[in-house]
Amino acid sequence: MRQLNLGDIEFLLLAARWTILLSLYAAIGGGIVGLAIALMRTSTKATLRWIAIVYIRIFQGTPLLLQLFLVFFGGDMIGVPLGPWVSAVLGFSLNAGAFLGEIWRGAIQAVPRGQIEAAKALGLHFVPRMLRVVLPQALRVAIPPTVGFVVNLIKSTSLAAIIGFVEVTRAGQMLNNATFRPFVIFGVVSAIYFVLCYPLTVASRRLERRLALATKR
Amino acid sequence: MEYVFHFGDIWEARDELLDGTLLTLRLSAVSMVLSLIVAVIGAFARTSGPAWLRGIVAAYVELIRNTPFLVQLFMIFFGLPTLGVRLDANTGALIAMVLNGSAYTIEIVRAGIESIGHGQTEAALALGLSRLRIFRLIILPQALRVVVPPLGSQFILLMLNSSICSVISADELTAATQDIQARTFRPFEAFIVAAGIYLCLSLAFSGLFAAIERFAFGAPAEGRR
Repeated sequence: MRQLNLGDIEFLLLAARWTILLSLYAAIGGGIVGLAIALMRTSTKATLRWIAIVYIRIFQGTPLLLQLFLVFFGGDMIGVPLGPWVSAVLGFSLNAGAFLGEIWRGAIQAVPRGQIEAAKALGLHFVPRMLRVVLPQALRVAIPPTVGFVVNLIKSTSLAAIIGFVEVTRAGQMLNNATFRPFVIFGVVSAIYFVLCYPLTVASRRLERRLALATKR
Repeated sequence: MEYVFHFGDIWEARDELLDGTLLTLRLSAVSMVLSLIVAVIGAFARTSGPAWLRGIVAAYVELIRNTPFLVQLFMIFFGLPTLGVRLDANTGALIAMVLNGSAYTIEIVRAGIESIGHGQTEAALALGLSRLRIFRLIILPQALRVVVPPLGSQFILLMLNSSICSVISADELTAATQDIQARTFRPFEAFIVAAGIYLCLSLAFSGLFAAIERFAFGAPAEGRR
């Protein structure tokens, strides 16, 4: 067993870059999947709605850890080994897509029906109707819970450690195996997550309050 | 893709899966009950305690909610033994789950308490009731019926999160699945079956909670503000 030194703390801070990068990629991937799910979920076609409902139920009703395992081993199974990084990005994106889809569905449905009817009456087709009329209004409602969800996403990237991707939690685990100073090491790891998450938590809460005031008027 | 699924090995291990499922349920249920107890006390302290206590509870909630469960689990499981507390994986998992769950439950119960009009507290104070009795007799019974739906979802989240405890090899469903896949070299089949079990459990519980809500409180939660 060896002593813990300053270089080790630096090691943790450097590993935090991977946590940030993974969160960023997963947020982008999840955003794309989520938009598709939200549009399908609010579609007028029953089949699309059902596909989206089943997707959401499955991803919200099973543990994220198992979803990661299934992506990780599923790649091996079809003969395309994905490795920890791709599996993690893919797994988190698919999962985030279900949650963001559900959040954004609510935001889309919060746009008054009259707006959609008016847009249809003006002859706007699906794409311009969504881009110009519905989504800009839905965005206002969607932002606070989306920011709140990103906090969850950042925290859940710690699970990538379990499939062997070296982000900050895995780095902490490795250091702990070598030095066995769990409180210091996981204290620093927690502090890193807290610094990443807390500002977003506060921002989400503020935005929510502002939105509540705006809609009350 | 010429992969052939083999569920035979998984079927042979069905007893292990059943035991794992039962432990997952027990772990989730016990930690839910304990978190709820901590949460009622915590929410009381957070809403009607002295300022310093309110600060402590608020800090606890923020700290837990802004750090990952996995890190909290490591802190407990690797940290407590260095302080001379000996604990097995299942106990470590339970402690971490209660610690984590109660932070979320405190917020749910607090929101329930704050949804009760302040006029009721004022009226009770005017009648000369103590803070504790007001909380116990007036606020809590009303708050609890508001918090049943979010507590139901919280239970399901807790159950799904308990799969993370497999990392410290608490022998719940995910850990049992890990054992099976390591033995049979059938990871995909094993994890698909486990995911199916979790899905059935969460669908069954969300149905159950919806039914409880309907029978116990009549109208669904919306529209009762």
